[in-house]
Amino acid sequence: MAHEAIHTDAHDPLNVTNPEHAQHHIVTPLQYGYVYVTLLLFTGITAAAAYVNLGWANPVIALAIACFKAVIVILFFMHAAYQSRLIKMTIGAGFFMFLVLVTMTLTDYISRAWGLW
Amino acid sequence: MSAAIGNTIVSLPDQTTAQIPKRNYINNEHGLLSWLLTGDHKRIAILYLISITFFFFIGGAFAGLIRLELLTPQPDLVSSDTYNKFFTMHGIIMIFLFLVPSVPATLGNFLIPIMLGAKDLAFPKINLLSWYLYVIGGTLTLAALVLGGVDTGWTFTTPLSTHYLNTHVITAAMAIFIAGFASIFTGLNFIVTIHRMRCPGMTWFRMPLFVWAHYAASLLMVLGTPVLAIALVLVALERIFGIGVFDPTKGGDPLLFQHLFWFYSHPAVYIMILPGMGVISEVISTFSRKRIFGYTAVAFSSVAIALFGFFVWEHHMFIMGVSNYSALVFSLLTMLVAVPSAIKIFNWAFTLQKGSITFETPMLYSFGFMGLFTIGGLTGVFLGSLGMDIHLTETYFIVAHFHFVMVGGMLMAFLAGIHFWWPKMTGRMYPESLSKLAAVTTFIGFNLTFLPQFILGYLGMPRRYHAYPPEFQVLNVLSTAGATVLGVGYMLPMLYLAWSLKYGAIAGDNPWQATGLEWQIQSPPLTENFTETPIMDHEAYDYEWLANKTKKEVTTVG
Amino acid sequence: MDSALATTDPNMPETEVHAEHEHVALPQHRHHFETEEQQREAGSFGMWLFLLTEIMFFGGMFFAYLLYRNWYYPAFAVASNQLSVPLGTINTAVLITSGFCMAIGVWAAEVRKKGVLVAMLLLTTVFGLIFLGVKYDEYHEKYELHHIPGDSFNTSMFTNPAGYGIKEEPLAPDMAQKTQIFFFLYFAMTGMHALHMIIGIALLLWLTWRAQRGDFSSGYVAPIENFGLYWHFVDIVWIFLFPLLYLINRHPLH
Ligand code: HEM
Ligand SMILES: [Cu+2]
Repeated sequence: MAHEAIHTDAHDPLNVTNPEHAQHHIVTPLQYGYVYVTLLLFTGITAAAAYVNLGWANPVIALAIACFKAVIVILFFMHAAYQSRLIKMTIGAGFFMFLVLVTMTLTDYISRAWGLW
Repeated sequence: MSAAIGNTIVSLPDQTTAQIPKRNYINNEHGLLSWLLTGDHKRIAILYLISITFFFFIGGAFAGLIRLELLTPQPDLVSSDTYNKFFTMHGIIMIFLFLVPSVPATLGNFLIPIMLGAKDLAFPKINLLSWYLYVIGGTLTLAALVLGGVDTGWTFTTPLSTHYLNTHVITAAMAIFIAGFASIFTGLNFIVTIHRMRCPGMTWFRMPLFVWAHYAASLLMVLGTPVLAIALVLVALERIFGIGVFDPTKGGDPLLFQHLFWFYSHPAVYIMILPGMGVISEVISTFSRKRIFGYTAVAFSSVAIALFGFFVWEHHMFIMGVSNYSALVFSLLTMLVAVPSAIKIFNWAFTLQKGSITFETPMLYSFGFMGLFTIGGLTGVFLGSLGMDIHLTETYFIVAHFHFVMVGGMLMAFLAGIHFWWPKMTGRMYPESLSKLAAVTTFIGFNLTFLPQFILGYLGMPRRYHAYPPEFQVLNVLSTAGATVLGVGYMLPMLYLAWSLKYGAIAGDNPWQATGLEWQIQSPPLTENFTETPIMDHEAYDYEWLANKTKKEVTTVG
Repeated sequence: MDSALATTDPNMPETEVHAEHEHVALPQHRHHFETEEQQREAGSFGMWLFLLTEIMFFGGMFFAYLLYRNWYYPAFAVASNQLSVPLGTINTAVLITSGFCMAIGVWAAEVRKKGVLVAMLLLTTVFGLIFLGVKYDEYHEKYELHHIPGDSFNTSMFTNPAGYGIKEEPLAPDMAQKTQIFFFLYFAMTGMHALHMIIGIALLLWLTWRAQRGDFSSGYVAPIENFGLYWHFVDIVWIFLFPLLYLINRHPLH
């Protein structure tokens, strides 16, 4: 083989798998506790808000709160905040593709009512 | 050393002394169970190869029956119901059980870890699970077939599939659902492997283009397939419970099914072609002894195809009552996706320019690919233009279009790849002249079968009918004749490849003088691929590096 | 660790390597990874990719919901009002609690506290089961009202709400029929969610058993970590289902 017995150190600087590596981070129970309380709090808020008639703002608030809750679950319960850029991009890609599915399909449904040329 | 016959780069070891390496992945363990429970990506690749070949010939049998029926204008061989089942089974089997796994699950599985200098894929057990899911999916498809067949077309069009047919739609949908997860797991495994398992020195831009192509295809598998899965689940629920989500009488929208289905199935056509493009890059570089022209452009065009592939699905729905405005947008986007495909074709052509080209079998198939895929892709652009599509859709023109890309393109690429890596996979050469004959036969048979279909479609012969006006008969007879030739072209490799397993010449490590890491190890490889972790110290397709290396070996040995 | 070194040793007969790989009771470090860290990161990356497919899988149904809510707004509003916000809220809290326990469980595995880990896995399971219990109760009520889509679906509650003592505007029969689509989406989305939970609970029991056996007490936490990702993902799906199905249609615009 051409690749002579150069020692195969796992931490070889040539090893390009390393740059994608993130330091492992342990989230403490206290931090989890904060997240948990926040989640419960916002669950309460969103349920209470549903009983108040805010017109168009009702769904907006409910979904904004849902997004907020989802984001903190992802960031802290799922440790995304402490992950490598690769993982963050993976998560981003997932939501991006979902948005592509929604918006591009909507181009059809929204403009169907505009009629034919 | 080798006897160079004519214009060839093939160099085989001295046949009187050469031997298959004593230790390799094939004889490492014995017994059926050692195969069925293996975690070795190479063995799983072989399992996949056997299974997809099986389904290829079943799908092919249906193709034969279809062409036989179409020999005459009258509906004489089978009833229209049976004919519907024929083309449905043909489509389902060929697309989901053959083309989607064809290159990735066999060659990709076998080669990606080796090309990256890794010992295996990241998740060997999931790899094996993928094969079992495939087998379950395949079995269910066969069950649907034996129980009486399905006649929805491979597209499961609603409300036809949900309301009007009492064939085995649910069984078939379940089969595809499960086979879909096989494909998801393959893709997932590849992505993780490519990100995480590259050997020292193997930067992204030193990876073979084969790996790039698979990376792009894997993205499509992972992101697209679940949408098909949910669409099929909804069809099944609609059939079982009559829930109305796609049923216009209950307020559902059948076009929603189309959106979900094509959101997967357009990207799926790129799942089918991208790995083939990867094969072509390897073959063209090797047999013109040149680095691929515009390596970076070809690498990125794979990713671009994957990305744009998600933005064009509505071109399958132009006449279904989608909004005209939206159709316009999708039509323009469809033109966009042709660009990266063209980039590849041009770059391959520039690679050939001034290369030292030799015409071994894989190269012949690759030339077939380049020509036929170009025609297929360009007719795709026809179909993507709104006005043309109204005339051409649901005619034989479409049938010809996608057979040019899928059979002319992908199947040629698959065969190119199988021939190219056969010596690596088995340690033995296939018979050269017979295989050249097969390549040429396939090319002729293919054109004879599908060129007439462009004309038929343009003249207005609709697809999916078992009878047609008599004036179309001549072209249909040509097509059926071509299909026969094509059939012979596909039987030949089956036979001589099997023959070569025992009687083929011993190939040695690197019969093609190719540069990939897979050619620097023994054929067939060891179970662990490399005796020590390789270090990639040169660019991909670096023939000078190879020449130096060979010289050094010769001097040290001599 | 051993097996990793073994494979890089060319003198090692490979059958032995292979056998070892097959027979190690706890293949915590697979031979084809260079380092344990590489293995761990590959595992969590793989899990995230799997969750990506789940996003797209649920995505199809979320889109269907978006579409039909806009098309059949009055029907969705009335039908959605038949769901119980208190039950939904309680269930959300239950599921978040379950997720919290799971998160603590991951921490316990990382700091190698076996007792805490097992307790947390059990709590996660219990809260998951409570969620499913409440869900069952809600389903059962819909069953009795004939609000399960299909042949026995009954729209009379929506055409004649007064007769059922409900303060809603009656819907035209045509629109009332569309409540079936709401309920279908309700059952499909929550049902698919519940299915994920059932699978999750089965996995939880298995993990609890392994944790009890001590598999995760020596720094090997990948299965716990990756299962955690799955479980939190299922939470997130519910975090969106709750407002979409229960909340946002309470005050229809006229
Ligand atoms: C290179 C650019 C390509 C373009 C612009 C293109 C465009 C199109 C369009 C517009 C249609 C729809 C025609 C209609 O329904 O009226 C179509 C159909 C189809 N294409 Fe392509 N295509 C391309 C490449 C491919 C490739 C690479 C494959 C497969 C490997 C493929 C497979 C198919 C299939 C299977 C259908 C028919 C689906 C059906 O209705 O059964 N296409 N193509
Ligand atoms: Cu398409």
